[in-house]
Amino acid sequence: MIRLSDICKSYVMGEETVHALDHASLHIHPGEFVAIIGPSGSGKSTLMNIIGCLDSADSGSYQLDGQYIEDYSERELAQVRNRKIGFIFQSFNLIPKLTAVENVELPLIYQRLPHRERQERVERAIRQVGLWERRGHKPSELSGGQQQRVAIARALASKPSLFLADEPTGNLDSKTSEEIMRIFHDLHSLGNTIVLITHDPQVASQAVRQIRILDGHVTEVAGQ
Amino acid sequence: MIFQSAKMALQSVLGSKVRSFLTMLGIIVGVFALVVLVSLIQGATDYIADQISGLGGSYYTVRIENDRGRPLKQEDLDAIMDENNSLAAPLKQLSATGKHGRESISLTLYGTTPVYADIGNLSVEYGTFLRQSNVENHNAVAVINHAAAIDLMGTLQCLGETFELNGTPFQIIGILEEDSSLASAFIWQSYVAYVPYTTALRMNLSTGASIDSFYLSAAPGGSLEQIREDVTERLLQRFDRDEDAFAISDNTAVEETMRSINSMLELLLGGIAAVSLIVGGIGIMNIMLVSVTERTREIGIRKAIGASRGTILLQFLIEALVLSLLGCLLGLLLSDMTLRLISYAVGIAAFHVTSSVALIAITFSSLIGLIFGLHPANKAAAKPPIEALRYAG
Repeated sequence: MIRLSDICKSYVMGEETVHALDHASLHIHPGEFVAIIGPSGSGKSTLMNIIGCLDSADSGSYQLDGQYIEDYSERELAQVRNRKIGFIFQSFNLIPKLTAVENVELPLIYQRLPHRERQERVERAIRQVGLWERRGHKPSELSGGQQQRVAIARALASKPSLFLADEPTGNLDSKTSEEIMRIFHDLHSLGNTIVLITHDPQVASQAVRQIRILDGHVTEVAGQ
Repeated sequence: MIFQSAKMALQSVLGSKVRSFLTMLGIIVGVFALVVLVSLIQGATDYIADQISGLGGSYYTVRIENDRGRPLKQEDLDAIMDENNSLAAPLKQLSATGKHGRESISLTLYGTTPVYADIGNLSVEYGTFLRQSNVENHNAVAVINHAAAIDLMGTLQCLGETFELNGTPFQIIGILEEDSSLASAFIWQSYVAYVPYTTALRMNLSTGASIDSFYLSAAPGGSLEQIREDVTERLLQRFDRDEDAFAISDNTAVEETMRSINSMLELLLGGIAAVSLIVGGIGIMNIMLVSVTERTREIGIRKAIGASRGTILLQFLIEALVLSLLGCLLGLLLSDMTLRLISYAVGIAAFHVTSSVALIAITFSSLIGLIFGLHPANKAAAKPPIEALRYAG
C-alpha cells in the first residue's frame, strides 16, 4: 500500500540545512490504522507532505498502491491527491465562501464526475458524518467539530485509498475529539486505510499500530 | 470543467459586490466612452449622408473627354431620353458677376435645359423653371436661388425684374426654394443662377455649340443602372469603342468624402476610448493580484484536494474574464440608455448601439480580461501547495 524506502528530505533554513527526514523507511498495509507520533520538529509534517504527494523527496523511493510516485509530473501528483488521498487537517482547511455541500463536492468536481453522481456521493458522505441537517451552512456558521466532520466528509466523498489526518483533533476539545476519533474508528472498521499524524500519545494510542518519528528517523513502537 | 469554473468565478465575483463593481468601473467607463463616441459619429454620418443624397437625387455626370470629331448635340440627348426611360440635361458651369443697381455678387451660372429641374430635384418657389421655348429662342432669362434673390434683388418679389449677368441683362422668371438642408452647408454655393443652355453658350465664346458634359438620371419608373449601361453602350458606339473618350461618374463623391472623414474620426476617438479600456484592464489586474494573495490559503486547499495547476489557472482567468465581460455589459447598458436620451433630446437623428460596435466592445473587453488576468492567474497557479497551505492570511 505505502512503501517508503530510504526517504531523505532536507531544507535550507537561513544558513543551516535541516535534515527533516533522514533515510526514513516505512511500510503500511491496506486497511491499517496507523498513528505516526513525534514531537514538533521531528519531521512528521514533512513525512505527511511526502505521503500526501504535496511535496517530493530528495532521494529514496515512494510507492503508493504499487505505483512509484517520484517521477510524477505536477499534474499527475494533483491527480493522485485528488483520487487516492483524503486529507484531514488540524485547521480543517475548508473554503470559507463555500457551504458544507459545496466544500464536499469540490474534489469531485476536480475528478470531473457527472452532476448526478456527485450529488449522490456528497449526500452519502455528509450523512455518514451526521451533518445532513447543516449541509447548507458555511464553515463560519459551524462549530470546530462540525467543520472537521465536513472535512472528513470531503475526504470520504472522493473514496480515497488513504485517509491522511494531520493532528485532526489538535484544535478541538476532548469531547469533540472523541467524536472525531469515533468517526475514524468507524472508517477503519469499514476497511479504510488511515494514517494519523499526531504529537499526542493519548490520540496515538487509539491507533492499531504506532510509528514514532524523531529527528527524521522512523521507528516502530508497537503493533497489535 | 469550464462551466464549473465559470460558476465558481461568478460566485466569487458576486461574493464581494462592492469590490467587483469598483474593479469593473474602469471597464464600464471605457466601454461607455468607446460605444457612445463611435455611435454618435456613426449616427451623425448616416444622418448627413441621408441629407446629401436627398439634396441631389441620384444622377450620373457624363463628361466627354474626346469627341473624335463627332460632338454631342441636344438632339443626341433627346434621342437618349426617347430611347431609355431617362432624363438627360446638358450643364455648362460658368462663374459670373451679377449686378442690380448698386449690388454686385459673384454667382455660379449654370446653362441647362428644363429637364435639369427634375434631375437636380429643384423646387421653384415663385415663377417657373426654364422652359423649352427659352432654350430654343436663346432667351436672356434666369432662375435664381433664394439667397441670390434676397442679397442681389433685396426681395423675393422680383419676378419679371432684370439684372445684369456679366454685363448682359437677364429677366428673372423663377426663384428657387430656400435650401435648408444640412448638406447645403457642406456644399458651399450660396448664389446660383440657371439660364438656358443656348444662352450660356453664347456668353462663353471659347467653346462651340457641342455638349461636353451632361447630367443623366432616371425618369420615374426607370432603372438608373440600366440607363448607365445603355448610355455607355451608345457612347461607345459613337466614339469608336474608345473607353477613354468619355467618363461617367456619380454624385456620391461628396458622400464618400464625408464618410471617410467620419471613419477617421471614429478611429481616432475610438482609439482614445480604447486607451481608457486598457486602463480599466490594469485595474482588473491590480485587484486580481491582491485577490490571489488574499486567497493563497484557498489555492493551497484546492491544490491539496486535487486541483491541478491548469484548473487554478482556468479559475482565475475566468474570474478576470467574468469581471471584464460583466463590466462590458454594464457599459453597453449605460451607453444604450445615454444614446436613447441623446436621441430624444436632439430629436433629429436616431443614435443607437449598433451590433458592430457592441461586438467590438465585447471582443476588446474579453481580450483585456484575458491579457490582464493572465499574470495574476499564473501567479496563483504557480503557488506550491504546502507553502500556500501554511500561509496565514
